Amino acid sequence: MDEQRVRASGTGVLDTFPKLLLDNAQRLAGRHALREKEFGIWQSWTWADLAEEVRHLACGLAALGLARGDKVAVIGDNRPRLYATFCAVQSLGAIPVPMYQDSVARELSYVVEHAEARFAVAEDQEQVDKLLEIRESCPRLETIVYVDPRGMRDYEQPFLHAFEAVLERGRAFHAEQPGFWRAQVDQGTGTDYAIILYTSGTTGNPKGVVLSHDNVLITARNAVERDRLTADEEVLAYLPMAWVGDNIFSFGQSYVAGFCVSCPESSATVMEDLRELGPTYFFAPPRIYENLLTSVTIRMEDAAAPKRRVYRYFMDLAARVGIDILDGKPVPGLDRWLYRLGELLVYGPLKNALGFSRIRIAYTAGEAIGPDIFDFYRAIGVNIKQLYGQTEAAVFITMQPDGEIKADSVGTPAPQVEIRIDDHGEVLYRSPGVFVEYYKNPEATATTKTPDGWVHTGDAGFLDDDGHLKIIDRAKDVGRLRDGTLFAPKYIENKLKFFPHIKEAVAFGDGRDEVVAFVNIDLESIGSWAERNGVSYASYQELAANPRVLDLIQECVEKVNADLAADQRLAGSQIRRFLNLHKELDADDGELTRTRKVRRSTVAERYAPLIEGLYSGAASASIETQVTFEDGRTGKLSAVLEIRDVKRFDAVARAS
Amino acid sequence: MAGERRIGEVILAVDQISLSFGGVRALENVSFDVRRGEIRAIIGPNGAGKSSMLNVINGFYHPQEGRITFKGQTRTQMRTHEAAEQGIARTFQNIALFKGMSTLDNLMTGRNLKMKVNFLLQALHVGPARREEIAHREFVERIIDFLEIQAVRKVPVGRLPYGLQKRVELGRALAAEPDLLLLDEPMAGMNSEEKEDMCRFILDVNEEFGTTIVLIEHDMGVVMDISDRVVVLDYGRLLADGSPDEVRRDQAVIDAYLGAVHD
Repeated sequence: MDEQRVRASGTGVLDTFPKLLLDNAQRLAGRHALREKEFGIWQSWTWADLAEEVRHLACGLAALGLARGDKVAVIGDNRPRLYATFCAVQSLGAIPVPMYQDSVARELSYVVEHAEARFAVAEDQEQVDKLLEIRESCPRLETIVYVDPRGMRDYEQPFLHAFEAVLERGRAFHAEQPGFWRAQVDQGTGTDYAIILYTSGTTGNPKGVVLSHDNVLITARNAVERDRLTADEEVLAYLPMAWVGDNIFSFGQSYVAGFCVSCPESSATVMEDLRELGPTYFFAPPRIYENLLTSVTIRMEDAAAPKRRVYRYFMDLAARVGIDILDGKPVPGLDRWLYRLGELLVYGPLKNALGFSRIRIAYTAGEAIGPDIFDFYRAIGVNIKQLYGQTEAAVFITMQPDGEIKADSVGTPAPQVEIRIDDHGEVLYRSPGVFVEYYKNPEATATTKTPDGWVHTGDAGFLDDDGHLKIIDRAKDVGRLRDGTLFAPKYIENKLKFFPHIKEAVAFGDGRDEVVAFVNIDLESIGSWAERNGVSYASYQELAANPRVLDLIQECVEKVNADLAADQRLAGSQIRRFLNLHKELDADDGELTRTRKVRRSTVAERYAPLIEGLYSGAASASIETQVTFEDGRTGKLSAVLEIRDVKRFDAVARAS
Repeated sequence: MAGERRIGEVILAVDQISLSFGGVRALENVSFDVRRGEIRAIIGPNGAGKSSMLNVINGFYHPQEGRITFKGQTRTQMRTHEAAEQGIARTFQNIALFKGMSTLDNLMTGRNLKMKVNFLLQALHVGPARREEIAHREFVERIIDFLEIQAVRKVPVGRLPYGLQKRVELGRALAAEPDLLLLDEPMAGMNSEEKEDMCRFILDVNEEFGTTIVLIEHDMGVVMDISDRVVVLDYGRLLADGSPDEVRRDQAVIDAYLGAVHD
């Protein structure tokens, strides 16, 4: 699969992006490579235009002194000229280092200094100002090129150059030395560094992930083949250029498949441009799919009653048969006809309003997507799939193949990727995309990448019976029951929290014999249930302790157990007992972080008697807790809580 | 920054203007001039006659006495459409946009004076009318890009937040390619971030297009920062005229603003 296409002229293999560009400029000369909306109109560059611009830019940068091995900081929104910069820099054997456009000067300063960037290419005045601010602390930064001249007329520093002026200089340079650029391109090889991407680590300074041309190119080519992408795809580039995904989707795959990448008019017009363009291949984090869905739901609620009824009817139909139709599974004839009618009346216009009319493949990744959101899009015929990736892998580790979509797995290994789960349950992978090193950080490289090329993901997971990878938690949070069964608290808690009746859950089990759980009921959801079912209550505590509410929660917990039983590795970590907490976990009491994540250890400490009660097998447990009221006073809250035993299921042995 | 800009000859001279409504004297013997390429501020307490002055300049009010010389042509009275034709555009204190029309359509109305094709052809949208509209649209798109309002291009203006409406109104005035731009409290009612944006746009308009700007503003920080010269009015009379620094030090101005007793 990594067999390189030999160029028609027979001068060599296409192992770098500049070589690919030259090839595309011949093969696809008249087809569009890049597009940008400006002055209300989509302006386009063909592959031939792009190759010429890259050549002149590269020559201009060479005339300004850019040499092989130099690093070039690139900062700005997704702009065709910044994508051209990537390739121009690479063609000279220098290395682009894209940066997040919303970074503040201090963050930029670290990256520019660490990468030892001599050159910077900035989108506009805003970015230039930041670079000027950090110039003091980054003495290596010599030359700054800016793309948009707006507001730059009074900047007189000699090291500032307008993009147009650099192109002009490049034209003259090329006229003088016509063979120079081509020779530079031919010098490049697949093992050259293609790009350095700084990852915003949660702890410590960001690390510079070095990817070679081989890394990006082979990975991009594999994914293009897997999804059968062609030069006809439409793609909108709107995610940060400093993020590895954008480098693959909007740069690597575009060069490999030859499709056109469009840049939005401004960050505020992305949704409108999306609608206008109607991409066929799309990537977004779950948050974006969620926002799009919310905006539709709100607008539907404002619609007239007959419209709402039609919408409701066809959405119910879609929920029943839409996913099967998308996956090519058998569906009763009548439903199939009704679905077609629905496509005409509801799904089609809806997809059009979302900008998804032409979508062939939509990916999501980054975090778990809610199953209801995932199913909504699939039901109306949007082929949304999950993938699992990392900067260190040049994105692709696993991806869901068409027709084998499960809401809770991230798919099968991408082409040429090997996956291994180590003894601690951590996922390791090896692939052609595995990064070269962390720039100037051999210690971190050594702890992440083994000598034989396996990379630690830091995530715990396992392969299910169909060979799909399931990511369950961060590896450091995963524990074991005393009999050695894997215990992934967050995985269990998330499954509980997907029920609307459950607001928060905390599971315990590390080093114990079995798993027990605290549940926080969702007052809004259970409250409205209580209203409909004639259950009266005076307080949260009373509602949570109501036996009928406990029945309700018990049902949810048993469903989770049934779910867990379907997985042999997790079957042993089914929940044995649970109780409904008498108060909501609260950030003011230190039980949650301000971003509403459970502080497991604090909760375990505060509610130790309850945990003991759960493990003692008693029918109830009592507790006295200190609570902080909204006015800052503290008080005592005591309660006796009923403990429920939960039905457990036998591990489902699957016939293979 | 200002050193780069070229401030040229006098483009507008206001000479001995007096204006009264019945017994109320709005302006009394006011004279000052505006040079090509400069940003000129008119300040003063409430009721000092600032807006009246702008209305006199663009022909909405007709002064009883005095003369106005604009681009070498002296006149005592002029109609608003004549002022517009001669290259004077303005914005209003209480936004005067077509609320039901989109941002784009509002800006296109600013091009009205530049449209040469007759009404019938425009209505039919054929031949020369079509070509003309495309040319105007292109100009308007440059303003949209300049003012960074791409995202609201097709949104009815009435639905936009106040700060953006002000920006659209500035855009409409710019669409007329004015030689002289009158801004009546362009920053009134804005928060400090919106004010900062607006300041930047005003400076950019002045620098990039070389447009001469006369503005009324209450925020002293803004006035002192962006204007080249300041006129101070009080009770319809000219109190002071000079650079921001000179005006700031002027005792009469300090008294007027701090409420010293008038003789």
